[in-house]
Amino acid sequence: MEQKEELLAKMYYRMNQARFFEEKVSWFNSKGKINGSVHLAIGQEASSVASCLALDEKDFITMTHRCHAQAIGQGMDVKKMMAELLGKETGYCQGKGGSLHLSNMADHNVGSNDVPGMGYNLACGIALAQMLQKTGNIVLCFGGDGSTNEGDFHEALNLASVKQLPVIFFIENNYYSVSTAIEDHMKVESITDRAAAYEIPAVSIDGNDALEVYDATQKAAEFVRSGEGPMLIESCTYRMCGHDSSDLQLYRSKEEMEEWSQYDPIANLKNQLKEDQLMTDEVLRQLEENAKRSVNEAADFAENAPEPSLEAVLDSVYA
Amino acid sequence: MTDRMLTYREAVREAMTQAMRRDPEIVVMGEDIGIYQGSFGVTGQMYKEFGDRIIDTPISESAFVGCAIGAAMEGMRPIVEIMFSDFMTVCWDMLVNQAAKMHFMFGGKLSVPMVLRTAAGSGTGASAQHSQSLEAMLCHVPGLKVVAPSTPADAKGLLLAAIADNNPVIFLEQKTLYPTTGPVPEAADPVPLGKAATLRKGTDCTIVSYGRMVPRCLKAADMLEKQGITVDVIDLRTLLPMDKDAVRRSVKKTGHLVIVHEAVKTGGLGGEIAAAVTESDAFYALKAPVARLASRDVPVPFSPVLEEGVLPDEAAIAATVRQLVR
Ligand SMILES: Cc1ncc(C[n+]2csc(CCOP(=O)(O)OP(=O)(O)O)c2C)c(N)n1
Ligand SMILES: [Mg+2]
Repeated sequence: MEQKEELLAKMYYRMNQARFFEEKVSWFNSKGKINGSVHLAIGQEASSVASCLALDEKDFITMTHRCHAQAIGQGMDVKKMMAELLGKETGYCQGKGGSLHLSNMADHNVGSNDVPGMGYNLACGIALAQMLQKTGNIVLCFGGDGSTNEGDFHEALNLASVKQLPVIFFIENNYYSVSTAIEDHMKVESITDRAAAYEIPAVSIDGNDALEVYDATQKAAEFVRSGEGPMLIESCTYRMCGHDSSDLQLYRSKEEMEEWSQYDPIANLKNQLKEDQLMTDEVLRQLEENAKRSVNEAADFAENAPEPSLEAVLDSVYA
Repeated sequence: MTDRMLTYREAVREAMTQAMRRDPEIVVMGEDIGIYQGSFGVTGQMYKEFGDRIIDTPISESAFVGCAIGAAMEGMRPIVEIMFSDFMTVCWDMLVNQAAKMHFMFGGKLSVPMVLRTAAGSGTGASAQHSQSLEAMLCHVPGLKVVAPSTPADAKGLLLAAIADNNPVIFLEQKTLYPTTGPVPEAADPVPLGKAATLRKGTDCTIVSYGRMVPRCLKAADMLEKQGITVDVIDLRTLLPMDKDAVRRSVKKTGHLVIVHEAVKTGGLGGEIAAAVTESDAFYALKAPVARLASRDVPVPFSPVLEEGVLPDEAAIAATVRQLVR
């Protein structure tokens, strides 16, 4: 019981942390303190965070371009994340990667990829290494609906299926590939249909229900870990924000956005926790405050962090 | 000369629009180029005028570039947009093994009149996978043509020429130049491929560049002029085929050559440009070694300090020229 409480607290905390983090990122970006465009996952926190929590400590994740919530879900330090987003020396990648290329190898987070579709085969490779090295670890490979149209996705699924690789393809279906609605970019009803083509077992879940995400990922992890081969999860969610910071969202209706905003995954979890009397208002508020404080501290840390030095720029080109 | 000012982005759009009005065989294909207007806003409202000739595709570069090549083989003249030039590597086979080879391999019976437009270069904080300058890889593939305009007028004129060309043309739009403005003629007059432009005339040194680095070279030329050093600034505009004669002629006059590009130095086009001089009689005119200014040999870093830091700026260009001619 205590364990479950701890888990739920962590879930609620990290989902809030992800939301506050991205609100801060958005603010920094609007002030010109974050270079370039950022891809936020506001609205997708249940999907990105609860899935990671269902893994064992030594399992691996690979992330997409929409990676902040995934990274926080997996337990990355928001200070070093924010420093990276501000391009600072003390960021996870010494300012060389930025928002799109976070990684934390030490904790088995193999990083985010900004070429959608190209991460699937890398995840297969990490899974292959686990299999050959008999580590018992599995890989949670994040993807998006749009990226399943790339040929590489299909090659990866086929390979994983044939070689029985211990990988979960976790597809966050937010119904859009930039501005292109899913019905205009694929004809199948569900991304699980694509798994069927490769004899990969798959489930489609409510990605805005953190508890359902957790349960489904846990079951998939068990299956995959037992050596039965890969699985695919379609996690249906919605980005309650633009594709990136320059997106005016002219391609979807106010009504649609309004409807989804009524189904905010964080509010959703909060209601569930209260209704089932798993957490008191006081505890929830405390978790929210702690999450907010951690993000404010991360912002201070990042703003005061040193710039990377140009002299060292050539250092990490080769291993 | 015209006084009508357009941005580089608008100039590209105008070229496509004018060409499409005249030729029904032209379509545009790419990701989010309809109502989203393209990642860099280049297609704009074109979907309103051209309807289903502006074709939004799923994210699958090999599929839609391959499809455009096939359509081109059958008499259409497709323009494809790849959001960032880095993603050309996703459909590398389609470009290198298919589009570039068709005409030659099939004994001249087939041609691929396709234009691939794409946004190249760094300077937008888009990190290592969205900021590269890959032109040297393309220029190593006979059968392709490669263009990199630096002004709005050239963006329009060269694109018109690329569309009219019967070969696959890779059109490298310079993403940091999209908002820059310049005079652009209203008429749909092509600027011929394969001809460099001399943007500044001088006697002391030749600066050869293309794309995003051209404005920096012009600024360097201004700085040098104040110090009594005058230079030729040559904008290659088309990288393949390259106007080597223009470079040789200028070097024969000035006796000094500085090459500036944004792509990394090793294996970059600077080597090819230098060789164009050293393997010709222009070599005898050289009074000093050739200098190449380019990005350091690194992937494009995210941090703005590093992203800009790895590139030559106008001061570095001017300093290099000064040192050479001293
Ligand atoms: C090969 C390649 N093509 C296109 C892009 C531009 N791009 C970045 S994200 C994206 C959409 C991906 O959609 P999806 O997989 O559904 O992820 P989401 O953005 O919805 O999280 C596109 C087209 C890219 N980065 N790489
Ligand atoms: Mg999507």
